[in-house]
Amino acid sequence: MAYSGSRVEMARRKLLIPVQRAARIAAALLSSQYAYMLEYRAEIALWALSGVLPLIMLAVWQGSGGAAAAGFTPQGLGRYFLAAFVVRQFSVVWLIHVFEEDALQGKLSPQLLQPLQPLWRYLAAHVAEQATRVPFVALMLAGVFVLKPGLLWLPSPGQLLVGIVAIQAAFVLRFLLQTLVAMLCFWSERAAALDRLLLIPYLFLSGLVAPLESFPPAVRQLALWTPFPAMVSFPAKLLAGENVDVAAGFLNLTLWCAVLFPLSRLLWRAGVRRYSAMGA
Amino acid sequence: MAQRLRRYWRSLRCFWATSLEAELEYQLNLVIELLAVLGNLAGSLFVLVLLAGPTGELGGWSWNSALVVLGIYTLLDGFTSCVLQPNLSKIVSHVQNGTLDFVLLKPIDSQFWLSTRSFSPWGLPGMVAGLALIGWALVQNGTVLSAGGLALAVALLVAGGLILYSLWFLLAGLSMWFVKVWNATEVLRYTLVAGRYPISAYPPALRVVFTLVLPVAFLTTVPAEALLGRASAAWALGSLAAAAICLVGTRLFWQFALRHYTSASS
Repeated sequence: MAYSGSRVEMARRKLLIPVQRAARIAAALLSSQYAYMLEYRAEIALWALSGVLPLIMLAVWQGSGGAAAAGFTPQGLGRYFLAAFVVRQFSVVWLIHVFEEDALQGKLSPQLLQPLQPLWRYLAAHVAEQATRVPFVALMLAGVFVLKPGLLWLPSPGQLLVGIVAIQAAFVLRFLLQTLVAMLCFWSERAAALDRLLLIPYLFLSGLVAPLESFPPAVRQLALWTPFPAMVSFPAKLLAGENVDVAAGFLNLTLWCAVLFPLSRLLWRAGVRRYSAMGA
Repeated sequence: MAQRLRRYWRSLRCFWATSLEAELEYQLNLVIELLAVLGNLAGSLFVLVLLAGPTGELGGWSWNSALVVLGIYTLLDGFTSCVLQPNLSKIVSHVQNGTLDFVLLKPIDSQFWLSTRSFSPWGLPGMVAGLALIGWALVQNGTVLSAGGLALAVALLVAGGLILYSLWFLLAGLSMWFVKVWNATEVLRYTLVAGRYPISAYPPALRVVFTLVLPVAFLTTVPAEALLGRASAAWALGSLAAAAICLVGTRLFWQFALRHYTSASS
């Protein structure tokens, strides 16, 4: 009896210990990165400020002939771009710029010695940065409210929850996509320049500067074949309370992540083998 | 005076020749940069088509004249990548690491050195594309420019460039006091995107902001009006005056900033 009891105990431990370990690592990483990001809050406030593009685009769209022709109401347009602004703020990925520096200067070496895949640390840094952004984004939204009280709205709790999950999913997808390009740092000294190229389809096809409904049908179909609309358009529409196929949107996000994740693992393995640690 | 000018000219040639050589090490960058310029231009044109809609107008500007504005924006963006960004974004690290000391010790004006030391050829494709777009749009529009009109337009373009330089220099120079504002220039770059469209496309309140606070209007709309042969004396004078004030302002600002410079670790 005692024997079988200890077996149950052992099985329970086998299952629990990795989970506990992961939770401890996550808590340590997140809290240390959050403290680090708080130290740089002035910088993060400026980064938050540099995300005003959707608001500028909203101003242009409101008075344009194209908006009337596409059948947008001023309210719908305002909500869409404001939601896109929030989505953009919480799905910013700058991995490649940090990673390039770390790979070039050999700062990656000590991280490789730790019993933790280094990309987790970068992911934690991004999540911590998002948390630091919250007050600044709230402040900017308050500013919008003061200038244009009619523009702000309160999504229902359900909408908000689904919207936040979609933003985080979009963030993960963007992180994976940039990881792919960042892995090229192992082969080239200036891989970050390639990110400029990746930014172009993200800018124009994701719905950040123009709602997808305003696209000509052929271009819209083309855009929907790429992962980019899932990164802004889908979460923004959810938040704005527009009619969207929630299940199809999440399925799309999951499928893209499922394609990119193994690819990034493969590239990481091949890259680390090439990594020669500058100065070593 | 003439001798001094010659010395500065010789230094400038040395600066740019050496940075050109260093940058040409990365030839793949040219391909990437070309693709980026073409992609960005195609995207901007696409969005402009969407904004204009079936009427083909934006803020009372015809399609071709709105293209001139976009061309000037592309030109100025290329200028930023060529000269402003590679130089002025380094001021912050000079202050942070204390290497500004070495700059101040050189027998050359420190503002000149900081503003012209580097040259990145990777902005050139953007400048060429911008000029090409302006030319094409003017021909499509059937605009015939007189010599005087062209001179005014060029003067206003230069004024726009100087205003842009002053804004960058001011923000980068603020690092004397706030070391951590290295990305303030990025904020500037992202908000200047507003210059892609004529100023009248914005709601009235924003037009005031884009003229007085963040002078986007002087950067693209005013030179575009001159190129289209419909410059107004008030705006042209305002632009030239703003450029002059900005230039004198950066000079005074830099002298003031240097008095507050205490070097790193002191």
